[in-house]
Amino acid sequence: MPIRALTGNEAMAEAMRQINPDVVAAYPITPATEIVQLFASFVADGLVDTEFVPTESEHSAISACIGAAAAGARTMTSTASQGLALMHEILYIAAGLRVPIVICEVNRSLSSPINIHCDHSDTMGSREAGWIQIYAEDSQDAYDSIIQAVRVSEEAFLPCMVSTDGFIISHCMQRIETLEDVEVQNFIGEPRSPYSLFSKNPITVGPLDLQDYFFEHKRQEIEAMYLSKPVIKRVAEEFAKRFGRKYGFFEAYKLDDAEIVLVACGSTCGTARVVIDNLRKNGVKVGLLKIHVMRPFPQDELSRLVGLSTAKLLIVLDRSDTMSTMGGPIYVELRSALYNSRTRPLLVNYIYGLGGRDIDVEQITNVVLKGEEIKKTGKIDKPVDYIGLRE
Amino acid sequence: MPSLKELSKNAGLFTGGHRACGGCGGTIIINQTICVAGKNTVFVLPTGCMEVVTTIYPYTAWNIPYMHVAFENAAAVISGVEAAYKALTRKGKIKDKWNFIAIGGDGGTYDIGIQALSGAIERWHRFLYICYDNEAYMNTGIQRSSATPRGAHTTTSPAGTVIPGKPQFRKNLTEIIAAHGAPYVAQASPSHWADFTRKVEKALNTDGPTFINVLSPCPLGWRFPPDMTIEIARLAVESKFWPLYEVENGKYKINHRPRKEVTVKEWMKLQGRFRHLFTPANQKIIDEIQAEVDKEWEKLSRFASLSQGEAD
Repeated sequence: MPIRALTGNEAMAEAMRQINPDVVAAYPITPATEIVQLFASFVADGLVDTEFVPTESEHSAISACIGAAAAGARTMTSTASQGLALMHEILYIAAGLRVPIVICEVNRSLSSPINIHCDHSDTMGSREAGWIQIYAEDSQDAYDSIIQAVRVSEEAFLPCMVSTDGFIISHCMQRIETLEDVEVQNFIGEPRSPYSLFSKNPITVGPLDLQDYFFEHKRQEIEAMYLSKPVIKRVAEEFAKRFGRKYGFFEAYKLDDAEIVLVACGSTCGTARVVIDNLRKNGVKVGLLKIHVMRPFPQDELSRLVGLSTAKLLIVLDRSDTMSTMGGPIYVELRSALYNSRTRPLLVNYIYGLGGRDIDVEQITNVVLKGEEIKKTGKIDKPVDYIGLRE
Repeated sequence: MPSLKELSKNAGLFTGGHRACGGCGGTIIINQTICVAGKNTVFVLPTGCMEVVTTIYPYTAWNIPYMHVAFENAAAVISGVEAAYKALTRKGKIKDKWNFIAIGGDGGTYDIGIQALSGAIERWHRFLYICYDNEAYMNTGIQRSSATPRGAHTTTSPAGTVIPGKPQFRKNLTEIIAAHGAPYVAQASPSHWADFTRKVEKALNTDGPTFINVLSPCPLGWRFPPDMTIEIARLAVESKFWPLYEVENGKYKINHRPRKEVTVKEWMKLQGRFRHLFTPANQKIIDEIQAEVDKEWEKLSRFASLSQGEAD
């Protein structure tokens, strides 16, 4: 396994080079631009035999991806923030037409005010579009997840996005264990397409679906989401068996005896691990639950895990808000997932890091220490609060 | 040029039983197109009348590969299909030659879809874009588009007591596409089917992006009896409101020069959407429309004779 120093963007681009998709249609946007740039140079240098379509917008990029995927081509793109928002209308159509597409997404806040740095408002805003969503913790995770996403997307007949935290992961260099090109190719195999426009028996894709059938077709799409869970699990297990790195719906870190559990996704999980290691030395029983797959939301698996654990308090860290006045998306969904659980722990939510605001070890430590109080008294003054905010 | 007998061999690829209104220009245009294109063709349609009436699930009028994604992106979708074709051909997975045709109404082409169309032409995909121009958003109930002629009554440019129909002249999309430098750009009418089918054939044999703007009379939106569609289309050409011409590698050619003098008024008076203009107070609007048509014809003639000069 070649060991290299790569940024998140370079890691995603490298995965794309090794995947060698049939079609890539993309438009540049900060902080994902590099992925497209690097890929364009792979095309220019003949390192891939991909048909690269440099579209005039993200809306057209994802539209071209749908056309290509429906024609039977293995298809990928990359975007961030406003770009994903501009794709929003078409994201639903990709999922509804059940075409496999993989997006290399780089998380960035949504306007306004305009900001180029990281939070999760872009991908969290696309939660209901019918895409499988994977949040990478670092460049290694991004690289490995993109390769798995190709399989997951094609076997589940659903599009899939893998995201990294803008600048924090996308532009920071990290030691990465890459795979050999042939290993990647063997793992992903030949493209599996649900259908092709180029067939002897012509098909009509995207017909008008009125009251008499639409509901049934949507139900099938929902079923595809359910069925994607065993696919994600199987692909992750196969990846772990072949390459030794295990991913799944979530990762539990020092959860076995934890009374306080930090819940987070993305790069903050790395910081949380340091906090946990430090506090554990002082006897604080704290652990981490890293959400890796946000869609489909692993409700049963999570509630089972939390139910079996010793957790008394879950501290959910959200890097975006739902604007519902009920807290961030992970908090809202986790609370919903645990409602029927008999051993419901207490839950608090902290929104942090909007627009790239840094989050550090001290801040997370303070939150856990505050959690110790809540755990003792059982009293929650503020179910939703903020970290690192001037107010 | 394909003979009528040859064209008739592909007649079943677009089947009857669709839900288009009687006398719909759009379906005639699709039928004429499909007869030239033949079965190895992928059609992409944006949202619009033709999409809605031909594919009500579980039925389809398309006995040929068809795809619809959204309203503003037909040109982008066909870019992707054509890119996939190139990639899969290179990898030996597709062996036959295929045609790529997008057919959109004026709403999905002149307005919301123009960005995707412009981008696809600039990227030089091999595809034919046909606009069936019925001069308004007919699918949503006759709202004005940038292709709606000056003075026409639509539900969002209604003929009221103060404003008599659409105040602005229409956008000249054919010229906008010609300005992109596309190797083949043309205007056609279903009334002159031989001219139109010849243009489709020419476009499909061109290695690059091509565009044909086809006038598509709409009995419902234009307010005329359904058996008058072809006659109305013919008068649009004869009155020079809708000149038949082509721009091939930048060279203009007028394909039909009307022999008899027909005023635009004669074309307009057959349509209910212009009815309110036929009062003494609104006479000046008709005069303005005639002046605009004359000016455009004069410009086109100049372009054509300049191109002729270049050819010599």
